[in-house]
Amino acid sequence: MAKEIMTTNRAVAEAVKLAKPQVVPVYPITPQTTISEYLAQFVADGDLDAEYIRVESEHSAISATLGASEAGVRVFTATSSQGLMLMHEILFAAAGMRAPIVMADANRAISAPLNIWNDQQDSIAQRDAGWIQLYVENAQEGFDTILQAYRIAEHEEVMLPVMVCLDGFILTHTVEPVDLLEQAEVDTFLEPYVPKFAYLDPERPMSLGNFADPTYYTEARHDMQVAMDKSMEVIKEVGAEFGEKFGREYGLTESYLCDDAEIILVCMGSMASTVRHVVDQLRAKGEKVGLLKIRSYRPFPFEEIDEITKNAEKLAVLDKNFSFGIGGALFADLKAKCHKETYGFILGLGGRDVIPEYIEEAVELTKNPVKEVTWLGLKEDE
Amino acid sequence: MVSIGCAISEPGSTRKNKTGSWRTFKPILDKNACVDCNNCLMFCPEGCVNKDHDIDYDYCKGCGICKEECPVQAIKMEIE
Repeated sequence: MAKEIMTTNRAVAEAVKLAKPQVVPVYPITPQTTISEYLAQFVADGDLDAEYIRVESEHSAISATLGASEAGVRVFTATSSQGLMLMHEILFAAAGMRAPIVMADANRAISAPLNIWNDQQDSIAQRDAGWIQLYVENAQEGFDTILQAYRIAEHEEVMLPVMVCLDGFILTHTVEPVDLLEQAEVDTFLEPYVPKFAYLDPERPMSLGNFADPTYYTEARHDMQVAMDKSMEVIKEVGAEFGEKFGREYGLTESYLCDDAEIILVCMGSMASTVRHVVDQLRAKGEKVGLLKIRSYRPFPFEEIDEITKNAEKLAVLDKNFSFGIGGALFADLKAKCHKETYGFILGLGGRDVIPEYIEEAVELTKNPVKEVTWLGLKEDE
Repeated sequence: MVSIGCAISEPGSTRKNKTGSWRTFKPILDKNACVDCNNCLMFCPEGCVNKDHDIDYDYCKGCGICKEECPVQAIKMEIE
């Protein structure tokens, strides 16, 4: 199919239509709103045969999504920022009940101060919920990743929900060319969902979302860790199969000019495009820098990161989030799990543009470090 | 090994959950002192005392209500 021009929100909605979920409970919130609108339109026009539930809040959206998933059908929902915060309680329940939900999160800053623009604090704050988190760089990745997310979530050795994270406005409202797939093509990659384990069926009565006393709770949580570990292989397998079928391959990470790089810039989401541009410019000046884009933040692919960064001297980690007292979440994870001299940089909070100058500054401050964590572009008192 | 998502397909399986493990103090009935008033049987919130005043320690959580309600102090609470 020829490329079409669309936003990442539209690309996500088109992918959801092709994945054919049967229940779609969504509550609109900026900058996710157009996903909910496109899906409502698809259902109204008969292009998507799904129950579209107009819920009264995000807590209800994820609750209805979980309920529908436990009834044994493929589901989809989407949210952003404060909406994801309101879902917090049910996010843990969805993962613990091993519901293969796919949700899009339009990454947006968290209040206060109130801000509708992009950073990644919302999904980072949910990192321990037990969801797989995949961050996309552009509209094409958004489209492709939604389709892969169902394969990953529904894999019988995974059975964990997947959150597809797309940077608010930078992706959600920016039009780009996207190579859409035909339904017949998608059907060869993504088959209808057939529930196997925990789901409601009158022929086989079952109690779900149960109480577990100290005898069972630890094992239930450990099972989730085992599934999360297993999901690393599955993400790679599914990404490779997608590549074979459609020509665009995906993995846990994506590296660019890392083999001989002395400094590797590590980041997630749309920032990677800007960093790639800066890497090209610095390479032209003879500087040995590379880019490592983390696509899968949970599970965290530290062994793969160790391998890719083995020749590098230092890592410069760019975070659009902050954990008070520590630094960026990605920085903290790399410090904990990888064995490199690592510096963290906080930038792009609340929609402030990530400009090439900040990334050049990050490289300079990694060459000649002043402190471990630096806030880039921080204004002095005026 | 728990089932995926702790789903339960077997009815009545709560019986397997021996809540007696929660107990700190264990009620001991002196049947010679017992006057068969049945207060312990009626007040036990867990139904752990039968008509012969035998106590089911698999599920008795050791709340001590039987001891409080016994009019002749025939029940003692012993630490386990």
